[in-house]
Amino acid sequence: MARPTSAADAAGLGRTRAVAFVLPALTLIAVFLIFPALWTIYLGLTDYRLTGLAAADPQIVGLDNYTGALTDPRFLTSMWLTVLYVGGSAIIGQAGLGFTLAWILRSRTGPVRRVVEGVVLLSWILPSTVVGFLWFALLDRDDGTLNALLHTPGFAWLLDHPLLSIIVFNVWRGTAFSMMLYSAALENVPPSHLETARLAGANVPQQLRDVVLPRIRRHILTNLLLISLWTFNDFTPFVLTGGGPEGRSEILPVYVYRVALRDGQLGVGAAISFLILLINLLFALAYLRLLRGRRRDREAAATPGPPA
Amino acid sequence: MRLPSRPALIGAVTVLALTSCGTGTDSGGGSTTLTIAANSIEGGKNSESAQWIKQWVIPEFEKTHPNVKVLFQPSGVDDEQYKTKIALDLKSRTGADVIDLDGIWVGEFAQAGYVKPLTEVGGATIEQWEGWAQIPQAVQGLGIFDGKKYGLPQGTDGRVLFYNKTLFEKAGLPATWQPASWQEIIDAGTKLKAAGVPTPIQLNAGTAMGEATTMQGVLPLLAGAGSEIYAAGKWTGASTAMKDALGLYRQIYGGSGLGDPRLQQEAKGRDKSFAQFAAGKIGILAESDYFWRSVVEPQAGVAPMKDRDQVVGYAKIPAKQPGAGIRGQDHVSMSGGAVRVLNPFSKNPKLAWDLLAFMHSAAATKSQLAGQVRISSRTDVNDEVLTADPMLKYVADEVLPLTAYRPGLAVYPQVSTALQEATAAVVSGTAPDEAATAYQGKLEGLVGGAANVGG
Amino acid sequence: MIRHTLGRLATTILIAVVLAFFTLPMLWLASAPFDDTPTITTSIPDFTLRNFSAILDNPYALGSIRNSLIQGGGAAALVVVLAALSAYALSRVRVPGRDALLYLLLLLSSVVTGTAAMVPIFELATRLDLIDTHLGVILVVSGGLLPAAIFILKDFMDETPTTYEESARVFGASPLQILRHIVIPLVRPGLATIAVWALASVWGGFLFQFILLRDPEKAPGSVILYTLYTEGGAPKLDLISTFSLLYSLPVVAMYLFVSQRYGFRFHGGIKR
Repeated sequence: MARPTSAADAAGLGRTRAVAFVLPALTLIAVFLIFPALWTIYLGLTDYRLTGLAAADPQIVGLDNYTGALTDPRFLTSMWLTVLYVGGSAIIGQAGLGFTLAWILRSRTGPVRRVVEGVVLLSWILPSTVVGFLWFALLDRDDGTLNALLHTPGFAWLLDHPLLSIIVFNVWRGTAFSMMLYSAALENVPPSHLETARLAGANVPQQLRDVVLPRIRRHILTNLLLISLWTFNDFTPFVLTGGGPEGRSEILPVYVYRVALRDGQLGVGAAISFLILLINLLFALAYLRLLRGRRRDREAAATPGPPA
Repeated sequence: MRLPSRPALIGAVTVLALTSCGTGTDSGGGSTTLTIAANSIEGGKNSESAQWIKQWVIPEFEKTHPNVKVLFQPSGVDDEQYKTKIALDLKSRTGADVIDLDGIWVGEFAQAGYVKPLTEVGGATIEQWEGWAQIPQAVQGLGIFDGKKYGLPQGTDGRVLFYNKTLFEKAGLPATWQPASWQEIIDAGTKLKAAGVPTPIQLNAGTAMGEATTMQGVLPLLAGAGSEIYAAGKWTGASTAMKDALGLYRQIYGGSGLGDPRLQQEAKGRDKSFAQFAAGKIGILAESDYFWRSVVEPQAGVAPMKDRDQVVGYAKIPAKQPGAGIRGQDHVSMSGGAVRVLNPFSKNPKLAWDLLAFMHSAAATKSQLAGQVRISSRTDVNDEVLTADPMLKYVADEVLPLTAYRPGLAVYPQVSTALQEATAAVVSGTAPDEAATAYQGKLEGLVGGAANVGG
Repeated sequence: MIRHTLGRLATTILIAVVLAFFTLPMLWLASAPFDDTPTITTSIPDFTLRNFSAILDNPYALGSIRNSLIQGGGAAALVVVLAALSAYALSRVRVPGRDALLYLLLLLSSVVTGTAAMVPIFELATRLDLIDTHLGVILVVSGGLLPAAIFILKDFMDETPTTYEESARVFGASPLQILRHIVIPLVRPGLATIAVWALASVWGGFLFQFILLRDPEKAPGSVILYTLYTEGGAPKLDLISTFSLLYSLPVVAMYLFVSQRYGFRFHGGIKR
């Protein structure tokens, strides 16, 4: 992924100074990130609990926590729900809506753009506890704003469609990041190229595919990597549904919370955290393959024009 | 991985930080410092208790102990989070000298070595404390694990059935109501339903209500069917009593319209049930006296009822049939309560005990109750104070003699969750027998096999 | 032409729908704090300002917002400075496997921000004497935020053309001067974005702030918000809604300030 410009060392930084620039961050990361992370991964190999006998004398249990989790139907359900949640709310929802907004707003200036960006960002920066109450007021079965607007009194969104509810919720919550990232990316697309394509008769999807996509591929990768990771670890839906009803919205961060904090099984919780890491790694590899693979296809089939 | 030496590390991180950050300064002056930790905070959760510690306990104790400085470390958050923080403190052998704990945590904290029997920490003289004679044996049990006293109980509570007298009148039911069996609850519910009450009965169910489902729901029913969740070293599995208890859930939530099954699934279902009771939409609701003191309390309650004293009635929770309850009782209840323990890693354990004992003296207990009525652990104080509130006097006199307590073992919270899941299954249509069997399977996994599960 | 008009119409409708979608949930925050008896649902308020005087009576409420500013602002500043330095170096000097390494750190940050890491974090803070200090909170949360911040900023720095730097170098500017006077101005909107992102991430955080701090005088708003419940766990909605509003205002103010001053986006320095 290294770009030729970055290797040029234009500022004459040199190795030593580069190390000096990186060192403060690296020290902080080593102490407050790598060290506790490795410790947590180690805890995942023990039966450690916060209280009780296992707190006084934790035993190494090897991979028991992992096999235990992987054979627990509840964990597997939770994992599947999380994949749907990430796919629906982050990959399709946030990235899709974020790009759409960036595309629509790119040529606009003035109050409309500022107001839209403002409300989208506001939903991103509000504290999550507050956000929980807001969505409760919206989706409540008896007196929710949504039911009042749709004239569907008594419709229990959170109970009948818990996963859909938290997916829509997370789209609301996190679209801002993708919108900003794609706004920035779209500025790298020269308007003249789009104009040329338009004059050549390309419709919007064709313009997107042939002119825009190649230039923002890197940003798409960054965007997908980050929002998937964040969504995989997003605990906020808990305030809306508490993981219920009957675990139908129990995504992995909620599962970990229940196991580690409520049941006090820190060893199991740590093991599952590591499993979440591995799943994220799989997602990352898939993105890389997808976006790289596309590029190769494209380079191989460079000359033929866009299909009519 | 090797870390740099500690001073170097602290130096480095301090330089990195861009804000100036003060650390807590000690009072100094060569005096001894004691700290009290409690899950209460001024202006927030359990505000009165925090005010009492700050405005009464600390000045009064410092008066008689001139060289001692007492500090207060408030929390006032969700119980699980408070428990986590205290456990982390004790695990790293730090923390306050006198610590508030829920009685149910005593066992698991003791097993972890986080707390020690009082006499081991503060000396054998603790056995001679005057207060023991004033605390009923059952209430002392809140601080006892494996036959040893780990903490002083602060007070207790009892569970009853609250009912709305206005709705009862509408349904042609008596203003003074005391059901003698489960069937009489169902009968009253049926009449309420016929009189147009939207939700006749609220019996907490499901996982969203958490421990409220266990304490106000499953356990009192289990007791009413003659069984405790943990007895003689065994946990209760899919017994007849368990199936009976789940059967009552079925009667209420299984299509009869007596209860609102959706409400049990909602994340804020319990809060909504309070609001609905206050709004006259629920006829009968099982709760602890907390409901009376803090929920429908006319002024400061979260769902205040201006006419609480006239409209809200209360009755003991009946056994399945007369005499079918635990110990052959006609009525049952469940109780819990907080305790205060000594930090075994305290630097001044004897002094810490002085402070603890002082906080549980009759004078201190009376002062804590000033302006509000609750059931304290001391009978001498209760006799004097509770006359102000007939409901709490009723709980102290009529309900506490019938009550039972939960087992304070580390695995209990998980067993409790399994019970909540069983009720959730019944509410969403699973047959009680089937839910009980599934519960038994989970239980065996939690408590280490079928050998630890009784019939 | 018709197609064009239809397109405009569709765009306008889409914008209206998006606006409604993002605004609707916020109604509660506009109504409940002013309601005499707020509920968990939105309604036309029975207007009162009593809730505001009630929350001001809380001895910790206002101080907690100041604490949030110290902790959030401190973490944001630390993250921006450290991430900018290292992102610049990583962008300009070739280190084999740096992208993979960065991503690995990013993955590890997800472990550390979860519930399961609380024991290691707590023990670490205890041993470093960081319990009950603002610094402890700042360092712990910064550790979790840095990898993502570096990851994003490096992308940016890769995009900025190096020609200016080369010419500055010809005129004898030192690398730090180049960073300060040439690169930073170019990526300033990105830095502002990272600052707001870091602040917003810290602003709502509860668990670590709660276990690391002891004195409620140092507790941030997110912790104080959790204390506004009864002993039985029922929310005191009059206090919670009002405090939520007050507590959200600084973040909104900061966003407005940043977007006025720097523009609020990842890019924008260079137009080609």
